[in-house]
Amino acid sequence: MDLIADRGRRVTVEELNTTKLLAHAAEQARARKYEDMLIVDCDAHHYENENFNEILPFMENDVLRQLTMSGRAKGRHSIVPAQVGYQDMGGRVTRYPLRMTEKTVPGKLRDVQLGERWMDAMGVDYSCLFPTGMLNVGLHPQKEMEVELCWAYNRWLTEVVLPENHGRFYTQLALPLSDPEASLRQVETFGGRKGVTGFMVTTVRTLPVHDNALMKVYRAIEERGLSLAFHSGPNWGEPVFKGLNRFISVHALGFSFYNILHCTNWVINGMGERFPKLPVIWIESGLAWIPFLMQRLDHEYMMRPSEAPLLKKKPSDYMRDMFYSTQPMEIQDMEALETTFRMINAETQLMYASDYPHWDFDLPSTIYDLPFLSEKAKHNILGGNAARTFKLAPRNEAQKANLIKYGNYTAG
Amino acid sequence: MAEQFVGRVSEFADGTRQIVKLGDTEVGVFRHDGTFYAYSNYCLHQGGPACEGLTIAKVEEHLREDKTSMGLYFSEKDMNFVCPWHGYEYDMKSGECISDRKLKLKNYQVVTKGDDVYVVA
Repeated sequence: MDLIADRGRRVTVEELNTTKLLAHAAEQARARKYEDMLIVDCDAHHYENENFNEILPFMENDVLRQLTMSGRAKGRHSIVPAQVGYQDMGGRVTRYPLRMTEKTVPGKLRDVQLGERWMDAMGVDYSCLFPTGMLNVGLHPQKEMEVELCWAYNRWLTEVVLPENHGRFYTQLALPLSDPEASLRQVETFGGRKGVTGFMVTTVRTLPVHDNALMKVYRAIEERGLSLAFHSGPNWGEPVFKGLNRFISVHALGFSFYNILHCTNWVINGMGERFPKLPVIWIESGLAWIPFLMQRLDHEYMMRPSEAPLLKKKPSDYMRDMFYSTQPMEIQDMEALETTFRMINAETQLMYASDYPHWDFDLPSTIYDLPFLSEKAKHNILGGNAARTFKLAPRNEAQKANLIKYGNYTAG
Repeated sequence: MAEQFVGRVSEFADGTRQIVKLGDTEVGVFRHDGTFYAYSNYCLHQGGPACEGLTIAKVEEHLREDKTSMGLYFSEKDMNFVCPWHGYEYDMKSGECISDRKLKLKNYQVVTKGDDVYVVA
């Protein structure tokens, strides 16, 4: 297939084959003997928009379902808020323009086949599967449509996708947070389903996550022994970002910005005191923002504790009680990264994430090769912390022995 | 010095590349403006197949005398090749990573013998 380069010049590249594209990742996995180590990817993606013909029939409301399905005809408008973005870097990240050229075998879901290809290549045992376009669902102008789209996606994922994957995919399902009653219903409906380890707030939104109306949702998640994830994203339409002229700027700031926003509300409003048994995971913002926010909030809290009266310890202590996903990990200044790991108690609070197939994915070697980590920390971050939190079972005896050795074995 | 056959000069079109195994490693051989270049196929970032992606002219931003921007342009002379995993760009003529010139892919000598192209280990 030809890709378009400078001045219309055509460059011939091979059709996409994920296994071949990731052959070097597979070499790394063999060289580092990942098969002995349970590796959990707590943030991987599929392109659910390519499956809307299968997802949308699960919408409950007849009128809204007809409205979206009729809009599937070519040339009609998007049904989920879309944004300007250049994730593929003008075709430089070839798996974007080539994605539709990848061949799969009939009779098994394409997304499952593609997922298993990259998991096998990277040496990943389990992946938490998240959508892509629907990470913008919090920007939908219609609350009822946000509810319906989340409902349909959550049904399709738990009834069609996860059963085909034989347990290697798990998920934290999208919450229609704009509607607390509907969110609670989805927790009650889907919370007990196989492969559901929790729920996910798409953070590209400005809704206050500490709103009283949402307490029953968090309580329902906590009572079920499930987790709550906040998955970030960019948004060029956010008023404060309208002055940015390059996608690199929007991407670099946006992913951290939304999690900084919501984490601040979560911490300052004492959510850690209200739901002490609820595992909370902040996803896809990198790590550099965490020491920044810890220092900013602690500094102000020392002078203004009356504005955060529910807190019984410093904001950074609550932040250390929560979990963080690794990707996109800023490996630029090794001393700064080591300090970050120390500040967040990475050994017990950090979880490896690839974010594959997105453009800034990280391989397990980004953790495995860090010079300052102990063996225990490597095992914990690459999979042990997730295995302990999400009750994931080892896939072989060596993995089981390592989970037991490092105190992460919870699922027999 | 071991030599690995790459292909025929007459069949190696300008603007194309070939990947060859050289012992335990992989080397990307490019033909650009009539010259052959050969580099390690392992990206210095996360080990991706650095030579298997797009080749694309360097992007430049031109400034006027008063420092105002004229916008973005493709270079008339500098070509990059791009690791398809994450977009790390390398200078075709030097193998340097354009975002940090201290990072440089291992380069290999390319020799031609008649119509045959070889890369030298």
